[in-house]
Amino acid sequence: MRICDFTGQLAGAGATKWLAAFGAEVIRIEDPVRQGRWDILRGTGPFKPGQSGLEYGAGFNNHNTDKAGITLNLRRSEAKHILVELIKVSDAVTENFAKGVLESWGFGYDRLREIKPDIVYVSNCGFGHVGPYSEYKTWGPIVQAISGLTFSSTLPHQPPAGWGYSYMDHTGAYYMAMAIMLALLHRQKTGEGQRVDLACTEAALSLNGPALLDWTVNQRPMRQAVQPSSNRSQFKPMAPHGIYRCLGDDEWVAISCRDDEDWAKLAQLIDAAWTASFTTLQQRLADQDGLDTQIEAWTAGQTKQAVEQALRDLPIPVAAVARPAERINDPANQGLWPTVTHSAMGEVVVDGQPVKFSTTPWRSQRGAPCLSEHTRDVLTRLLGYSDEEVTVLYEEGVL
Amino acid sequence: MTVLQGIRILELANERISFAGKLMADMGAEVILIEPPEGEASRHYPPFVDDDETKPSLYFWHYNTSKKGIILDLTQADGQDTFRQLAASADVLLESEPIQRLTELQLDYAQLSTLNPDLIHIAVTPYGRDNPLSDLPVTDLTLMAAGGPPWSCGYDDHNLPPVRGWGNQGYQTGCHFAFMSMLTALMARNAGLGGQFIDVSMVASLNVTTEAATYTYHINGGEVQRQTGRHAAVLPTGESQMRCADGKYVNTGVPPRFPDEFGKLLDWLRKLKLEDELPEAVFLQMGAEWQGHFDLSRIGEDDEITAIFSAGRMALTLIASRISAYDFFIGCQNAGLAVGIIYSPEEAFEDPHFIARGFQQEVMHPDRAEPVRYPGAPYKLAASPWQIYGPAPDLGQHTAEILAALKD
Repeated sequence: MRICDFTGQLAGAGATKWLAAFGAEVIRIEDPVRQGRWDILRGTGPFKPGQSGLEYGAGFNNHNTDKAGITLNLRRSEAKHILVELIKVSDAVTENFAKGVLESWGFGYDRLREIKPDIVYVSNCGFGHVGPYSEYKTWGPIVQAISGLTFSSTLPHQPPAGWGYSYMDHTGAYYMAMAIMLALLHRQKTGEGQRVDLACTEAALSLNGPALLDWTVNQRPMRQAVQPSSNRSQFKPMAPHGIYRCLGDDEWVAISCRDDEDWAKLAQLIDAAWTASFTTLQQRLADQDGLDTQIEAWTAGQTKQAVEQALRDLPIPVAAVARPAERINDPANQGLWPTVTHSAMGEVVVDGQPVKFSTTPWRSQRGAPCLSEHTRDVLTRLLGYSDEEVTVLYEEGVL
Repeated sequence: MTVLQGIRILELANERISFAGKLMADMGAEVILIEPPEGEASRHYPPFVDDDETKPSLYFWHYNTSKKGIILDLTQADGQDTFRQLAASADVLLESEPIQRLTELQLDYAQLSTLNPDLIHIAVTPYGRDNPLSDLPVTDLTLMAAGGPPWSCGYDDHNLPPVRGWGNQGYQTGCHFAFMSMLTALMARNAGLGGQFIDVSMVASLNVTTEAATYTYHINGGEVQRQTGRHAAVLPTGESQMRCADGKYVNTGVPPRFPDEFGKLLDWLRKLKLEDELPEAVFLQMGAEWQGHFDLSRIGEDDEITAIFSAGRMALTLIASRISAYDFFIGCQNAGLAVGIIYSPEEAFEDPHFIARGFQQEVMHPDRAEPVRYPGAPYKLAASPWQIYGPAPDLGQHTAEILAALKD
């Protein structure tokens, strides 16, 4: 499988990263004039100590492992010709530009289909390519704002907390990977290519299912006079269910009691008179603030690890709120973060895939491509250009 | 033509994986939800139709669209026999059982794959199959805490706890990887590589869904800190959330930073007759007329760049205080700024853009006169569209049909 890949950032690059990890040949196309900076992550930190600049962005490297990178100056007709040759031998064309960018270069879907009739074309665009807002721009936090995900992540009497990272860049990439594979499977079955219009905001909106049915069937809006804490649980109702302060600076533990049985175990462990007034779920739900105050008074004098161990022993659902170093260094996560070799950065640890396949495992070995790193290889090996021709194309500013 | 038509999936009912089954079923797979005689617990989760807990669960309705439902008692020999027959006829087994349970029932991959070498067995467990923690009870909240997201979410004030993003996103993230794995394994099978066993860890899925929190640590050991309404960061960054005149919030994203944006912002300020209230508007004019590269890295060093940049923020704050969040969102976008209104889910659902795109999907339920509106397609495949094929099954609705077909 070969992907002619214009994706960038995380919302697009994360999709083809999955395919590359499972062995697809992903050929990433970048603009030599702007030095590939249509992907703002390319030269953006964080950096390894002592490194900085175009080839060293940690996010760019993380999201583009195992891909090849070529440069094409698509202002030039010779470059457009090379792109046509590449599309002819590709299974899919993927991009997450604003609407209309690919068309403006003369490579809209109709043209792609002319070049290769069974091509799969997948775009991932904030508002999609159709509809009143399709000209509007987004990035991860905007997608999260529009779709309700920011709103519903909150504490009472506070503004929305939202997501402290681009959850929908990650998740938009997952939907894009699904869409690419679905379209390729459809092609395997029917011989027919197709166009996929993925609006990241719609993928995000679809993640609010039960709340939306509560709205359409019961007319209950999520917007209330006072928003409930999103650390609590409504569907299904559980209490206690929250994140509680522990001993130390900014240390926290998450605890859930799913039912009266879980609560009885916890109450026995806490062994305090106040627990008697919270025996039933109804009692616990009726005074969640009071319950949480008591629980936190109990956790605050202990380390999160101690609470976690004590509750695992019961067992009831519990997890310390993990700091990055704690989860990354957890021996149980060994293998999740492979070390790849990047031509400029050297060895770098990156996100792997959270799945183990018995027959066709994923592998990540190579860091993101440096600018134009694989141009000569792709043009000579795949498209039949000679070394001399490639040299001339470089000299003429085509590559 | 539906992509997954003809693909049979056995889903051992468990709330942790019901979304994965829905993703498969809404693309045309025949997903058979296998429930124990007492039914899956989430049939009794709110919200309920008419808020009446004797009526169906909307939670269950949502997560089980397009599926068939059968009752099978896997603790009984005849239930196990039927399951073996079903596995022989299936393409995929999707389950989230305790690690040893299927082995104890003699229904594990080693045994099923001898009956059906093409079977793709996907086990979705909290911490992965090789971690005994997977057999301990979890909720979406505890998975999220262990997997990393809450560390990055919350408020500038760290006396407030980290926040778990709402809506079963921990379960759903594991389900995304289960579905991606299933599609990948189908492609491998189509390439002649047969079936396989796939171990999906929900906590690992969250661990690689944390963006810079993880790659910052890997690259230089930095630890990001949560901030109100914006990316967690090692060093504090400027606020990006604003409250508008109607009390709703907007996310202003990246502040204006190009001459064209300063110009459009100034035009908008004038149109709203607010220019006189902002003495700094003069800097917007300078920004609009800026020649060459507007170098953001010189904020704080270059007086003009600093004044122009902060005038952009001040103009947005002033405008936000005078108009509704929706008007602010539209006005900013028309000025070329990537700004979003912070909608509640139902407000987004009723927004004209998503209505125009056909996001609302109507589903007929046999006992209701009017169709029920569901959230629609997460992606629009032109030739093989996503669709809800039918409402969630009643308990055991398809038992007779499926078992009769097995005997044929």
